[in-house]
Amino acid sequence: MSSPLRMASAIVGAAETEELGVIPDKSATQLHADAAIRAMEDAGIKNTDIDAVLTAGSPTQIAEYLGIHPTYVDGTSIGGCSFMLHVAHAAAALVTKRCNVALITHGQSGRSRVGEGGRFGGVSSSPSGQFEDPYGTWGAPSRFTLPFVRHMQDYGTTEEQLASVAVAQRRWAEKNPRAMMRDPIDIQDVLDSRTICWPFHLLECCLVTDGGGALIMVAAERANDFPKKPVYVAGMGESVEMTMISQMHDFTSSRAFVTSGREAFKMAEISHSDVDHIMIYDAFAHLPIFAMEDLGFMKKGEAAPWFAEMKSVPGGELPVNTNGGGLSYTHTGMYGMFAIQESVRQLRGEAAAQVDGVNVSVAHGVGGMFFAAGTLILTNDATA
Amino acid sequence: MMRLVVPKRPFPQPTPETQAYWDACSNHKLTLQRCLDCEGHPAYFYPRPFCPKCLSRNVESFEASGKGKLHTYVIAHRGAMGFQDDVPYVIAVVELDEGPRMMSNIVGVEVTPENLPADLPVEVTWEDVEHKGRDGTVQKTAVPLFKPIGAMS
Repeated sequence: MSSPLRMASAIVGAAETEELGVIPDKSATQLHADAAIRAMEDAGIKNTDIDAVLTAGSPTQIAEYLGIHPTYVDGTSIGGCSFMLHVAHAAAALVTKRCNVALITHGQSGRSRVGEGGRFGGVSSSPSGQFEDPYGTWGAPSRFTLPFVRHMQDYGTTEEQLASVAVAQRRWAEKNPRAMMRDPIDIQDVLDSRTICWPFHLLECCLVTDGGGALIMVAAERANDFPKKPVYVAGMGESVEMTMISQMHDFTSSRAFVTSGREAFKMAEISHSDVDHIMIYDAFAHLPIFAMEDLGFMKKGEAAPWFAEMKSVPGGELPVNTNGGGLSYTHTGMYGMFAIQESVRQLRGEAAAQVDGVNVSVAHGVGGMFFAAGTLILTNDATA
Repeated sequence: MMRLVVPKRPFPQPTPETQAYWDACSNHKLTLQRCLDCEGHPAYFYPRPFCPKCLSRNVESFEASGKGKLHTYVIAHRGAMGFQDDVPYVIAVVELDEGPRMMSNIVGVEVTPENLPADLPVEVTWEDVEHKGRDGTVQKTAVPLFKPIGAMS
């Protein structure tokens, strides 16, 4: 039987940059854009027709720069042959309906070094180097947190409700011997902890830890050949939005979260009421609030009161971040792996704080500071 | 006594696409770009030589009003390198009257949440910055900051 990818995709637009050789008047990003716009012109399409961005490096940067809102991205960067891989990945994505129109770009100021990292490591010509760093930002706590005051303004969300997310997750961590922070805390403890970037206090910021995780996957038809209960991937979604927090389209809602979640639920063909367990990447305490709303579990403005009413805790309405999350369990820097691990444990029935009857779990990750998102819908039900 | 002078703000290094913006800043003029092909000629930020909505290259720069509203912010209680003596300070997103939003700092006001309600009207003020290169050349520009309208900066 031939591959389902055979003869299943085609290249319909192609262009190089207008100039080639020595181009000191264009940054690397602009070289990507110049080639991309010309390829779109070649194909007779617009940026709004494109829903997949593949490039060696930052598809986030290219999507933002070109005003593209993708449902599929690939930043595979393994050197000069990356683009052959992008074509192959795009073919699979197109055939499996993850996207409809894929854009693959390359741009490099290899000679003139304009807007590149630079041979000496200077990155002040990047967009954030020009338009954010001069204002005294110092990493995630000073930037990832920026949207929350707007959420407070528009939905009446309070500092106490933000603190309640940290309290709720500690309730799970108390049951988890592997969690780094296990002492019970209350709202006042959170508000009394050191202010990092108002309105965020220390206990509303993730831990900084060491650790790792890994997953083994096989085709579904082989899933029962192994000793543990299989966890099936029922749905997946992804998107990117921007590379600067200041350019977020709506500071009360992550467009990447909304898109990623929508695609995942569409593929899984389930409704939100089918979900038994949720893991949300919580680098900071506002992320579960944003994600519960943006993934469609509740309307905007409803998640913060819901957490404050302790609906996500052991014995509550819907368990969220049952390992204790990045706030109390662990956070190595790229925590998403740990969210998936806890979903798998819950679906196998082997979690430290096991929830009864978990058949469907959502694991939702953030990339950068609301820059990107990925959502998995996992189930232990082979007939789902 | 000799004092080592550490530049406070990381110097924004222009690319060819942003050079005109930073040149205008050095003259204390805040510029935006707008698309001449999109209906209503919408303004956009950050600078690039095409409209990020429709990709038309038919765009132009213009001087912005320099007025806007405080859209969202945090109050940094820990300072970035060079900003350690400035805490607490405001890292803000300002929505300009022309529509685009940009990061900046709010100055000219005592830094408390009560003094910084969302949608507070603000106007641009400037801080000159310079960067001495490895070869001794000095680059200069100015960084747009914002203050409550009418406040001293």
